[in-house]
Amino acid sequence: MKESKWKIGERLFNGIVRENPTLVLTLGMCPTLAVTTSAVNGLGMGLTTAVVLACSNLMISLLRRVIPNKVRIPAFIVIIASFVTVAQLLLEAYLPSLNKALGVYIPLIVVNCIILGRAESYAYSNPPVPSLFDGIGMGLGFTLALTCIGAVRELLGTGKVFDLQVMPSFYTPIGIFVLAPGAFFVLAMLVALQNHLKAIAAAKGRDVSKVGSGCGGDCPHCGVSGCADRGVPGDGPAVIDLTKEGK
Amino acid sequence: MSERLKVSSNPHVRSRATTSGIMAAVILALLPAAGFGIYNFGLRALMHILLTVAATVLTEFLFGLSRGRSTVGDLSAVVTGLLLALNLPVSAPWWVGVLGGVFAILIVKMLFGGLGQNFMNPALGARCFLLISFPAIMTDFSCDAYTGATPLAALKAGESVDLKAMILGTTGGTIGETSAVMLLLGACFLILMGVIDLRIPGSYLISFLIFEILFSGHGLDPAYLAAQLAGGGLMLGAFFMATDYVTRPITQKGQYVYGAFLGIMTGIFRIFGPAAEGVSYAILLGNLLTPLIEKYTKPVAFGKAGNRGKGDKSHGEK
Repeated sequence: MKESKWKIGERLFNGIVRENPTLVLTLGMCPTLAVTTSAVNGLGMGLTTAVVLACSNLMISLLRRVIPNKVRIPAFIVIIASFVTVAQLLLEAYLPSLNKALGVYIPLIVVNCIILGRAESYAYSNPPVPSLFDGIGMGLGFTLALTCIGAVRELLGTGKVFDLQVMPSFYTPIGIFVLAPGAFFVLAMLVALQNHLKAIAAAKGRDVSKVGSGCGGDCPHCGVSGCADRGVPGDGPAVIDLTKEGK
Repeated sequence: MSERLKVSSNPHVRSRATTSGIMAAVILALLPAAGFGIYNFGLRALMHILLTVAATVLTEFLFGLSRGRSTVGDLSAVVTGLLLALNLPVSAPWWVGVLGGVFAILIVKMLFGGLGQNFMNPALGARCFLLISFPAIMTDFSCDAYTGATPLAALKAGESVDLKAMILGTTGGTIGETSAVMLLLGACFLILMGVIDLRIPGSYLISFLIFEILFSGHGLDPAYLAAQLAGGGLMLGAFFMATDYVTRPITQKGQYVYGAFLGIMTGIFRIFGPAAEGVSYAILLGNLLTPLIEKYTKPVAFGKAGNRGKGDKSHGEK
C-alpha cells in the first residue's frame, strides 16, 4: 500500500476491509441486528451512520487540542449528538419512509460504539484529513456490511432484494430471516465468509491483517472494545498475523 | 504374557456402549411410532421420513468430507432426521423436511463442533426453525385421513375428545406424535436397554400433571389429564428428546430439576399460551438452561465436606 501524506487510501482500505467495524471489530451490533430486515434499511442506516461518523471524526480531530482530556467523552458525545440531530432532521424532511423504518435507531447513533470508538482511538490523536477519511472508510465498511446482511435477509425472508422480486414464484420465503434470529445467522455467516476470504488472501501473500491503528497504548481508557491487542503495551501499530489468530 | 502387563492410564474398566450402538437402539425404539405414522397417514409419511433422514445423513456426510473426518457412522444423523420427520405434519411440502434436516445438522450441530458440542437438540432446533419460518405449513394438520382440529386444539377450545383414539394414535397431528402406545413401547425398550432412565421423563410428566391439576381449571378430571398426557408431542418429547444425552444435564439432581422445569414450562405454554402445544419450546428452553443447572447441581467430590465453603468463611471471619 502506497503511503500518501494524508493516508487517504490506507484509511479507506482499513475501514472497509482490514478493520471492517461490523465484520472484524463487531462493533455497533445493535443497529446491525435490528434494522437489517431489508437491503434498503441496511443501506440507509449505514449511510446515515457514515455521514455522522465522517463529520464527527473531522470535528473531533479539528478540536483535539482544545478538548481537555478529562472531559473528552462528554465532549465527543455533544459533537456526535449534534450531527445525529442534523441527520435525523434531514431524514425526516427528505426520506420520511426510511426515517420511519429505522425508528429509534437513528437517535441511537449517538451512542453507536463505532463512532465513539473512532473518535477515541483515531480522530482524537490524528490530523483532520486522515480522520475524515478514517470516518468515511469506517462508515462505508459499516454500510457495506449492513447492506449485505440486509440483502441476504430480504432475499431469503421475502424473496426480494431492494424490493425487486428475485426468487422464482415457487420459492416459499423463509420467514425466520426477517426476524431477529435471522440477523444472527446471516451476520455469523458473513463474518465466517470474510475470515475465509482473508485467509485465502493471506495465503497468497497479501496483507489484509488487522492493524491496531492509532493505538495510543492507553488501554484502560481506550474505547475500542473489540481490540485484540488490549493490554499489550505498544508504541506503534501492532500487526496481527491473521493466519495465527484464526487458531 | 507381555500383553497382560500392559501399562495404561485410567479408566481401566470401560462400558461396551458405543455411540452408534445407543443411536441404533434409539432408532429401533422410534420405529413403532414411525410405522404407526405411516399406517395412520399413508405413504406420504414414509416419503417425509425417507427424505428427512436422507437430508440429515447427506449433510453430515458432506460436512465430514469437507472437514476430512467422517461422523456419519455414529448414526446420530439418522436419529436427528427420524425425530425431525416424526415432528412434521404429513401435509407439509416435501422440501420442508429436507430444509429442516440440513438446518439441524449444519447449523445446530456441526457448526458448533458436531455431536456432543451442540447446545440444543438438533431435531428440535430445526423444528422450531421451521415452525417460525412457515407457521401456516407447520400447523396445518389436515390431511386425507383427518380434518379439523388436533385433539389438543380441541381440548383447548373446550371440546370433548376421543381418549381411546388419542392413546392408540388414530388422530390428527404430526407424523410420529399421535400414538402414545407406540411411543411408550419404544420408551420401554430404551429403558430396558439402559439407554434412558426415568429421571427426566418421570419428573417431566409428574411436574406437568401437577401443574395441569393446579392451573388448568379442570382440577382432577382424569379424562382431561389423560388427554393432556397422550396429546401432542408430550410422549415423544419426554422420552425421546428431553433425554438427549448431549443437551440434558449430566448430574442426577440436575436431571430432576431439568424434568420439573420442562413440565412447568410445557404447562405454562399449553394453558396460558396462544397455541395448544408447547413441548418443543419447553425442551429448547430447558436445553439452554442445562449448563446453569449443571453448575448448581454439581455433586461434592468424595472426601470434601458439603459445607466446606461455609466453614472456610467463618474461619476467615475469626
